[in-house]
Amino acid sequence: MPKDHGIGASTKRREDVRFLTGRGRYTDDINLPGQAHACFVRSQVAHGRLNGVNTDAAAGMPGVIRVFTAGDFERVGGLPCGWQVTDRFGAVMQEPGHPVLATGKVRHVGDPIALVVAETYDQARDAAEAVVVDIEELEPVLDMKAALAEGAPKVHDELTSNLCYDWGFVEENREAVNKAFETAHHVTTLDLVNQRLVPNAMEPRVAIGDYDFATDDSTLYTTSQNPHVIRLLMGAFVLGIPEHKLRVVAPDVGGGFGSKIFHYAEEAAVTFAARHLRRPVKWTCTRSESFVTDAQGRDHVTRIELALDAEGHFQAIRTETYANMGAYLSTFAPSIPTWLHGTLMAGNYRTPLIYVNVKAVFTNTVPVDAYRGAGRPEATFQLERVIDKAAREMGMDPVELRRKNFITQFPYATPVAVEYDTGDYNATMDKLLEIADVAGFEARLAESKARGKLRGLGVNCYIEACGIAPSHLVGQLGARAGLYESATVRVNATGGLVVMTGSHSHGQGHETSFAQVVADMIGIPDNMVEIVHGDTANTPMGMGTYGSRSLAVGGSAMVKATNKIIAKARKIAAHLMEASPEDIELKDGRFTVAGTDKSVAWGDVTLAAYVPHNYPLDEIEPGLEETAFYDPNNFTYPAGAYACEVEVDPETGKVTVERFAAADDFGNIVNPMIVDGQVHGGIAQGIGQALLETTTYDEYGQLLSGSYMDYAMPRASDVPFYAVDHSCQTPCTHNPLGVKGCGEAGAIGSPPAVVNAVVDALQRAGHSHITHIDMPLTPSRVWAAMQG
Amino acid sequence: MYAFELVRPATLDEAVTALGAEEAQALGGGQTLIPTLKQRLAAPAKLVCLSGLAELKGVCIADDGAVCVGGATPHAVVAAEAAAHYPALAALAGNIGDPAVRNRGTIGGSLANNDPSACYPAAALGSGATIRTVNRDIAADDFFQGMFTTALEDGEIITEVRFPVPERAAYQKFEQPASRFALVGVFVAKYDDGVRVAVTGASEGGVFRWAEAEAALSGDFSAGAIAGLSLDADMMIGDLHGSPEYRAHLVKVLTGRAVTAAG
Repeated sequence: MPKDHGIGASTKRREDVRFLTGRGRYTDDINLPGQAHACFVRSQVAHGRLNGVNTDAAAGMPGVIRVFTAGDFERVGGLPCGWQVTDRFGAVMQEPGHPVLATGKVRHVGDPIALVVAETYDQARDAAEAVVVDIEELEPVLDMKAALAEGAPKVHDELTSNLCYDWGFVEENREAVNKAFETAHHVTTLDLVNQRLVPNAMEPRVAIGDYDFATDDSTLYTTSQNPHVIRLLMGAFVLGIPEHKLRVVAPDVGGGFGSKIFHYAEEAAVTFAARHLRRPVKWTCTRSESFVTDAQGRDHVTRIELALDAEGHFQAIRTETYANMGAYLSTFAPSIPTWLHGTLMAGNYRTPLIYVNVKAVFTNTVPVDAYRGAGRPEATFQLERVIDKAAREMGMDPVELRRKNFITQFPYATPVAVEYDTGDYNATMDKLLEIADVAGFEARLAESKARGKLRGLGVNCYIEACGIAPSHLVGQLGARAGLYESATVRVNATGGLVVMTGSHSHGQGHETSFAQVVADMIGIPDNMVEIVHGDTANTPMGMGTYGSRSLAVGGSAMVKATNKIIAKARKIAAHLMEASPEDIELKDGRFTVAGTDKSVAWGDVTLAAYVPHNYPLDEIEPGLEETAFYDPNNFTYPAGAYACEVEVDPETGKVTVERFAAADDFGNIVNPMIVDGQVHGGIAQGIGQALLETTTYDEYGQLLSGSYMDYAMPRASDVPFYAVDHSCQTPCTHNPLGVKGCGEAGAIGSPPAVVNAVVDALQRAGHSHITHIDMPLTPSRVWAAMQG
Repeated sequence: MYAFELVRPATLDEAVTALGAEEAQALGGGQTLIPTLKQRLAAPAKLVCLSGLAELKGVCIADDGAVCVGGATPHAVVAAEAAAHYPALAALAGNIGDPAVRNRGTIGGSLANNDPSACYPAAALGSGATIRTVNRDIAADDFFQGMFTTALEDGEIITEVRFPVPERAAYQKFEQPASRFALVGVFVAKYDDGVRVAVTGASEGGVFRWAEAEAALSGDFSAGAIAGLSLDADMMIGDLHGSPEYRAHLVKVLTGRAVTAAG
């Protein structure tokens, strides 16, 4: 019988009551007394020399309080980059400055030039239009390979070229890999593009700076996935405000998908302006601004080669990827195509030799950084596509080829520096074939044919490294931060608990699932536990939510803190019952002396902690509150197998996803319903990437797909009902909950399934020349491919 | 948006007078104009709101059987009220945009704007409709003069659109995946004196009639009749959603499907 509370129960999300009834409190819902409004003057051109900014006319317009330009920020630091990659020759990456307001040059459409603060937003916007910007247009750098050509214009004049780094991984394997290719029985080569995506969180970014000159306290309200990280980056590196005088609040946040991890210029600008003006300053991003300022995702151009022996065993993998950084290094940008991408190139397979080369390139486009999956979708896509192509070339069944190469012994050290702790890839594949009803495919194919439609089946696997991340390891790899997580558990006198977590929920349902864990550990109802997050003033220092880390890392910190609480409560209970703490058992919210009928309730113990009349004050302190930090000693490795069935209209090239199945191994599951939802959303995003979403710049660097008139987001009618299963569970071996994380899997595993299915459909229809089509597989592209 | 004066005339005469002012612009359902204003891409001094004019609203049947749609009639009303008289027109209206667009957007606004990807121009041209304004009657063949360009004079209000009802008709729209406007849309109508084929979404010149298909279908109203035809891609729109060649191809596919759907 399914559980109705605690770990394993599909408890309905308590936060949905406020989200679904319009009672959520988002950053834009916050309006402070005396608040002024900000509008940014932004570059309309992709690349240009900024010769002057004249604010005279704007400054005199109605309601204008102040127009800030780059000169005002001279004594302020630039936006820091949180990761330093070392290239294959041992040199550190080229790291250009990233000023809050563009200085000397503008480097992408949307680059902020000036900040107008006025009494109302409309006044600020009117005045922003009156700011006269003198820009001498320069030739933009857009194509990555052209950007690296001799004599190409430079995005950053102070750098030697547009190359951020040329990374080799594992560099020592390079020659051995090349040799393996020379002697291989078969080599499959695939050139592909993992296209740039615009994140498009439902809630656009908002930032409100506030300053109390009487106390010298600054506060930033912002749409962030990690308020502590913003506090550290903005306080220490940009504005020079010590952390104890700076509070960052990220209240309800309407989706992030990575784009709200990063520290953005607007956050620093409004905080700076508020201090200067001694007034709150609010900025709300328009959707049009989001398209040209939110850090974008993916944008890799890759050649992957797979060497196989005659039986189809993988011998070696070699990749060369060009990764677009955009105009500046966003907070974690350098790590995405390297440590979150190269380390996943083994996939679910035993491949003894792997060499990954990544050239990160500056261009006059919006900066690129983590977006749901972040590097791992790029790795999975190329690997799972090239395996499908190899199977076709070698006349092998694509599922059998995968099975033949599966890793089956754990732990498994890959040749790309990570060690998978556990997994069972045959189990998820077996489950997938069952829930996808692969056996029934031929009948469905015949039925499609009868209606004049092509049908195809695509199957693939994925693995990801989640639970980011062991601090000692990422420190060696260039991270300028630790990636632990924290929790404070505060028990109230009457037995209820408040858990303050450094994780941040922006759609993941932490308030529900985290409460289930703590309540389960004590044996009390879930509703006795409240989860608090999002405010640096009342939560311990934590690194936030991304990389499917919250339960694996944040949840583990919470378990540690709760165990400390239970240990102390057991001592109190022992005192109350005049027994030894070792003999005390906690079950269903009662402490019992083992082997006796003596017991006290949880609430009796918590009351004693706060009303310590009968209490061992000489041995233990009153009160019941504990903090724990947890730093994982490995990544977690969720993995699974996905299947997609598509129909293709042979006349128009239109692809429809008819069936989609996902068999995931997330280890232990706290709330199956929330996990289903995470997978559903991820698959929708992956189908969006595979079929719909395109970020297209014209030759001048203008974003052509800069609104929903041209940027196609997936809608309900674009996706089928999903068959989702997570009953295959190999619990993580190194965190206390045995959980692996589920937030990104859907977006990682689904794009290759869709593309594999479309190629399969076209191949079955006799288009044998079609071995790949770049995403998105729009009707126009599919039709063009069919024309040969 | 920039500040503007909003005029709400009670009668058509008042509306005509108001539109005589400099920099005045008619506001129909506002489904294109309002987003344009919000993005500050237009700055009219005065907007003359036509949605309060009862005399421009509704669907009726003329003595000659034509379906007459008032210029300020929202798409949703046409979808409901024309269904019994001109099902293909009603179906087209019922599939424009989303419910919000269909309940605010008007036929007069759509035709006056003449977006090259809009549905209504295909229905009007494909039906050989008459666009009646405060001054005159304009045949659809004369009305559409290229992308966002029509025969309307400044301030000339569309009061009614008269659709002769064909024997058979159908509209096929292939949606642009983001905007859901027509990447290509084809309206086919069979009258006793011949077949009309109007194409939207495809051409740099806006909505147009495909004469070769009309000739072929007038002789043989079946999808097979156009099998040997092809369209020149030269004048077709090419953008990130489809090449000119793709659009030319789609015109033919959708024409065939429209003929089949018309039955």
